[in-house]
Amino acid sequence: MFNLLLADGFRLWNVDLWYAVPAIIAVSLVYSATRHERMRPLLIHAGRTAVWIVGFMSAVFIVMGLLSWRV
Amino acid sequence: MGLFSYGLYLGGSSETCIQSQGTIGYGRAVYFSWRQGDRRWPYLCQIGMGLPALPALIQANRMSNHQKVWWGGFMAPPRYPQARDDGREDPNRDQPTPHDLHRRLHRYFELAGFFTMVAGLLNVLAIYDAWAGPVAPVPSKKKNEEKSAESV
Repeated sequence: MFNLLLADGFRLWNVDLWYAVPAIIAVSLVYSATRHERMRPLLIHAGRTAVWIVGFMSAVFIVMGLLSWRV
Repeated sequence: MGLFSYGLYLGGSSETCIQSQGTIGYGRAVYFSWRQGDRRWPYLCQIGMGLPALPALIQANRMSNHQKVWWGGFMAPPRYPQARDDGREDPNRDQPTPHDLHRRLHRYFELAGFFTMVAGLLNVLAIYDAWAGPVAPVPSKKKNEEKSAESV
């Protein structure tokens, strides 16, 4: 998996994980929009939410990777 | 809306079907079906979009009444090969079957379903925000106690 990521730019672009980006952006923005009215706090909160989501996804990715390595 | 539109695009193709003579069409991941063996639960999330998800109900109604679906099968449920047993010709015989959808769209069918479901659920959040305004943060008990101690 890591060799695939580092192989060449074309393969990196073809990873299906990129489909998560618009979903993360949309979820972060809408969630923040339910908490703020002004643009600046909204965008800051959206950025923090996006980082949280990516962090959770990374944690699950690591757990799944460990499970598939062990089995 | 952008997420929903992208899901509609992902859940479609101009390729020809395998078990039918027509093409796959677009918006295939958003459809309503409550047939035995094909209860489309994701539509309960997609319906949160409101009007943009309404064509799925129209198409499902037409298909269940053995009428030809509109708009090239946009948001129409997939056809079951043995759907008609009264001897008359099926007007939707050019529509893709579930096998066609999964064979031609493979993972994009699930991705499209995911995007459109998330869009519907986010729309419910947006409706709540439009109705009630932003959710006010709950003040922490510690700050309240400090304030009351200062005032005393």
